[in-house]
Amino acid sequence: MPEAAAMPLAEPRPPRKLYRSSDGRWLGGVARGLAGHLGLPVVWVRLVFAGLFMADGLGALLYAAFWFFVPLGVGGVGGQKPPALVGTETAPDGRRRLVARKPDKGQIVALLLMVVVAMVFVGNVNLGSGAKAYLLPAVLVGAGVALVWRQADNARRARWVEVGRRRRTLTLLRAGAGVLLVTAGVSGIFVLQGSAAHLGSVLQAALAVLVGITLLAGPYLVRMTQDLSEERLMRIRAQERAEVAAHVHDSVLHTLTLIQRNAENAGEVRRLARAQERDLRTWLYRPEGTGKEEADEPATVAEAVRRNAAEVEDKHGVPLEVVVVGDCPLDERVGAQMQAAREAMVNAAKYGGDGGAVQVYAEVEGRTVFVSVRDRGPGFDLDSIPADRMGVRESIIGRMERHGGTARLRAVPDGGTEVELEMERAEKTS
Amino acid sequence: MSDPTDTNGTAGPAEGAGAAQSSGDGTGGRHVRVVLVDDHRMFRTGVQAEIGRTEETGVEVVGEAADVDQAVTVITATRPEVVLLDVHLPGGGGVEVLRRCAPLMADAEQPVRFLALSVSDAAEDVIGVIRGGARGYVTKTITGTDLVNSVFRVQEGDAVFSPRLAGFVLDAFASTDAPPVDEDLDRLTQREREVLRLIARGYAYKEIAKQLFISVKTVESHVSAVLRKLQLSNRHELTRWATARRLV
Repeated sequence: MPEAAAMPLAEPRPPRKLYRSSDGRWLGGVARGLAGHLGLPVVWVRLVFAGLFMADGLGALLYAAFWFFVPLGVGGVGGQKPPALVGTETAPDGRRRLVARKPDKGQIVALLLMVVVAMVFVGNVNLGSGAKAYLLPAVLVGAGVALVWRQADNARRARWVEVGRRRRTLTLLRAGAGVLLVTAGVSGIFVLQGSAAHLGSVLQAALAVLVGITLLAGPYLVRMTQDLSEERLMRIRAQERAEVAAHVHDSVLHTLTLIQRNAENAGEVRRLARAQERDLRTWLYRPEGTGKEEADEPATVAEAVRRNAAEVEDKHGVPLEVVVVGDCPLDERVGAQMQAAREAMVNAAKYGGDGGAVQVYAEVEGRTVFVSVRDRGPGFDLDSIPADRMGVRESIIGRMERHGGTARLRAVPDGGTEVELEMERAEKTS
Repeated sequence: MSDPTDTNGTAGPAEGAGAAQSSGDGTGGRHVRVVLVDDHRMFRTGVQAEIGRTEETGVEVVGEAADVDQAVTVITATRPEVVLLDVHLPGGGGVEVLRRCAPLMADAEQPVRFLALSVSDAAEDVIGVIRGGARGYVTKTITGTDLVNSVFRVQEGDAVFSPRLAGFVLDAFASTDAPPVDEDLDRLTQREREVLRLIARGYAYKEIAKQLFISVKTVESHVSAVLRKLQLSNRHELTRWATARRLV
């Protein structure tokens, strides 16, 4: 629900809009919404309404007007627990599941209160004897209307709270009961004006009118609900698209700008394009159920290899193609292997990057983790490296051996160098 | 270089590796008729420019199509030897084209063969077109030379595996506790696994042959056998496409 109002205001805070509360309400959520809006306790507002009700039913009128005109929202007294009277579950996210089967205690209390107040009202207000006869039908009509309205509210609130799976039968029953009450009330008024003898015909006429209206308006209503659900679906789709767009949009535009700016620098352009491609792929093809945001520390072999390759690629501007088969969590040994693999990637990018992409392959099979890093550069001979240059010897071979693994460097017959790292995992974790 | 079985072409280390040792010097008398199916005109133009110079490459582009219906029409009309097929297409995707061209693929006289070409990294896309009948899968970053070699490989009836595809296949046929339904189709032999591993590690067929002390022909037959298994196996993992990584 967008909270901000459209008009700019001098206040630093956007003004609160008035909504009826869908949580912890007794009737229409008017009092709760108002209380939230005005920053008063709910009880006060309710008492004021009850008091105004005494004033020739002004309270009822006001309440009805509010109910009718104020939209249902997530306003109201936020963060406050609903009164103990209300026996419903409040979910941790502040949404309340509507328990359709059992009516709220609050609702019963409200109903009782209303009856009491109505009695008082009838007792206090001097009505003509004629008018008194009309009271019961009028109350019936009011009750019926209230029931239907509340039902409509619930339908609206279901969209808010995504209650969704409410029982249709109950919904229909409630609506039906409301219509029945209204019909009974209206018929009663008519009968009072005429006489009881006409009751049958009046009821028949009322029924005929109802059926007629249903026939006339039914198709429209059905089509409207269909349109609504379709529109909702479209909106969900649009939201998903917007999410993708939002992610892709900025970073791609940014990259394209940089590429245009660095058009002279081929290496930089390539690096930018690669980084963007990787980012996009990560986002598009991430396995279901994984977050879109990368974790701080890679937790598995696949993640670690990809992460390292990405960093080396960014730093040295040489494409690294990564293929991973299987996966397992990292432990200390495999962690060391990943470090060694990273060194191998750096070497391949530095000295063998001219021959094209560096191919990185990692495989987890049973307890063995195998990584190979292969470049197509000029190749190099370990023996020809001066003894004081400890790079490869220490950071790759030494590291692997210290942790109980093996490292092999070899020249590939058709040019290039391949580093093979093999490590047994510390323990079985299935 | 005239012996087609001994090209320097790699199995398309699809992402551009291996271009360094490709020859690309003339056609060696080879000739192949190709149809391009891709919904991006820019890409079709690019491929056309890169491989379509018939005198140099031996590739003759005889038709182009931008969606499924068009593709089926063009392929039926021109009867090319190889179709370069994009995975994502309007009208049902590459898989739909394969489905509707199945009779042409099975033709005994002159079968139409498909090579899938895509930017996608999604396992279900890759494996989907292979199971649909494509003879190989390469990504669009492949160099022109490698693409030409891949096309000729497909023309000869061999399979073209990119390192990524090899990785997916290894993943799909990974040793599981589930007993195989069909021993012949649901398991890779040790040799096939070795070959796939080397492809995934960026080796060209020739290099694999040297490494394993077998002929290039043997490497090709192993790869074709894997392709066949991939297309015919009803292994649970294959049909269900668990794309999540196996955590061992």
